Amino acid sequence: MSTPASVTTELPGVLAGDRPRRPARWVRRLLRNPLSMAGTTIVALLVGCALAPGLLAPFPEDAGPSVHFDRAAQPPGPAHWFGTDEVGRDIFSRTVFGARVSLALVVAVLGIAVGVGVPSGLVAGYWHGRWPSTALMRVTDVFLAVPPLALALAVTAAFRPDLGSAMLAISFTWWPWFTRLVYGEVLARREEPYVEAARALGQRDRVILFREILPNVISPVVVKATLDVSFVILLGSSLAFLGVGAQEPTPDWGAMVARGRTFLPGHWWMSTMPGLAIFVAVMGFNLLGDALRDALDVWER
Amino acid sequence: MREFLLRRLLQVVPTVLGLLVLIFVVSRVMPGDPVRLALGPEATRQQIAAYEEKLGLDRPLPSQFGHYVAGLLRGDLGESIRTYRDVRLDIRDFLPATVELVTVALVIAVCLGVPFGIVAAMYPNTWIDNLSRLVAVPGVALPRFWVGILLQVGLAYQLGLFPIVGRAVRAPQTITGLYLLDATLTGDGGALLDAVRHLALPALTLALPTLAQVARLTRAAMIDVLKRPFMLVHAAYGVPPRRLVWRYGLRNGLTSVLTLVGMTYGALIENAFLVEVVFSWPGLSAYGAAAVLAKDFNAVVGVTLVVGLSFVLANVLVDLLYGYVDPRIRHN
Repeated sequence: MSTPASVTTELPGVLAGDRPRRPARWVRRLLRNPLSMAGTTIVALLVGCALAPGLLAPFPEDAGPSVHFDRAAQPPGPAHWFGTDEVGRDIFSRTVFGARVSLALVVAVLGIAVGVGVPSGLVAGYWHGRWPSTALMRVTDVFLAVPPLALALAVTAAFRPDLGSAMLAISFTWWPWFTRLVYGEVLARREEPYVEAARALGQRDRVILFREILPNVISPVVVKATLDVSFVILLGSSLAFLGVGAQEPTPDWGAMVARGRTFLPGHWWMSTMPGLAIFVAVMGFNLLGDALRDALDVWER
Repeated sequence: MREFLLRRLLQVVPTVLGLLVLIFVVSRVMPGDPVRLALGPEATRQQIAAYEEKLGLDRPLPSQFGHYVAGLLRGDLGESIRTYRDVRLDIRDFLPATVELVTVALVIAVCLGVPFGIVAAMYPNTWIDNLSRLVAVPGVALPRFWVGILLQVGLAYQLGLFPIVGRAVRAPQTITGLYLLDATLTGDGGALLDAVRHLALPALTLALPTLAQVARLTRAAMIDVLKRPFMLVHAAYGVPPRRLVWRYGLRNGLTSVLTLVGMTYGALIENAFLVEVVFSWPGLSAYGAAAVLAKDFNAVVGVTLVVGLSFVLANVLVDLLYGYVDPRIRHN
């Protein structure tokens, strides 16, 4: 079907001549800045750790409930870079496996939040002013009125404390942010000439929404999602630290900090090293998120 | 101004109502059986039924909601299954410590962050600007519970500069429950010093990442304002540079800083959960965290409600301040 709609699909709201060079330009901009490069490197390392922790961790069996009392509570050294914990597990190996736990949480939470937030925001923005849209936005207002950690904590109270509950609880607090973002973007886009043009051509609402508006909403969503990664990591490790998230023997960074805390101040490395991992991971995603925002030139916070 | 205030307060009503519904849904409709949790695994079927009837859980949900709101209006938050006291009394006892902690942290973050951001914006790309960026980027990435532990080990255990945990060795005579204020009011210098020393590390831990964020956003806002034409006009009229920045520039940059302070307040409240646990600070957040672990639903609901309400109120306050700072908002 060679309707005008298929033409506009290839040129979604961007100047025609600009389009083919666009990815190359933002990638180049991303790579030029040393801070962006640092962020990209850290994130690449984390993804590597998450995908193949067994290859990078010197003692992969320590990710689980193994026990080696012969090497318990050793300080950092050549054999155990981050030292060992109170039952002799290699903390470096557990930290490497922790990347998988954190990123799994991030993928689940942002997947649910984007999956719920983007469609609901699209619909609410496009049919803005009708009562379902207004009701939905009031609902998001309420969600945004409670700090996420407090709400997530309250939600976990209803469940058994584990990683899955933490995922559910954080997702439950996260989707309204995406609804609001997409809602605002759609409100701005729906008055633009190309949408009006599509409407004048007699396109159905569904087609306008998904072919004309959605492609233009994607880049703020991507940037927000990237910037959110670090918040989700922090929130997940905070829940685990408080004891309502991932539980021993899951190698979660927050849970490791909490457990290591009971061996302070003597065995400082047990909580310092996993905490350092959280810090580096969060900083990496922050740098990458900032860089993506600048490169895609979406909006200034 | 009064009309603006009224209008803004009216807007709060649906949000607060929604908050009540949300908390009700979280506490009653979510899986997890509060009755079974309260009575323990040994309870018989009859005991469960009797307890459900007592709590009104056997009635339809809308009726339960009415019952719940009626209770709230009477100030009845139910009994805690962990402390065996009225949740209202628990909150009354634990709230002042959190208010004190969060307020002091907010003051530290704003009073250091805003001037830092302004100075960085006045001299972009100099050493002070670079320093601000060097601190701001990693600053926001710091997990607060970890910073707390590091400060605790370094400054309290190793160097012995501060007490390790707790709020006071000797509490001042209670008037407001805020130790700094109470000690000042009663003229109790020893208790004041004690309270300050206990407060220092938790407040610093809570404030540090926020300080970085405030400095960073103030810098961005001020750089934006300093470039505007009216600044050039004032400079051309011969307004001295310092006065130009702090008087004309700051007032225009302040709205974005205020937005940030509003958001910051939420961040501080929720991070108080972590900081209070690390420093065994006897506040509402530590109480709430313990309640969640004990599945103490009435207490969880109470704490979430207080946190949510104070967050809503903080945002109203920020909006009112906008109206004060920027007359355009007041009249629009």
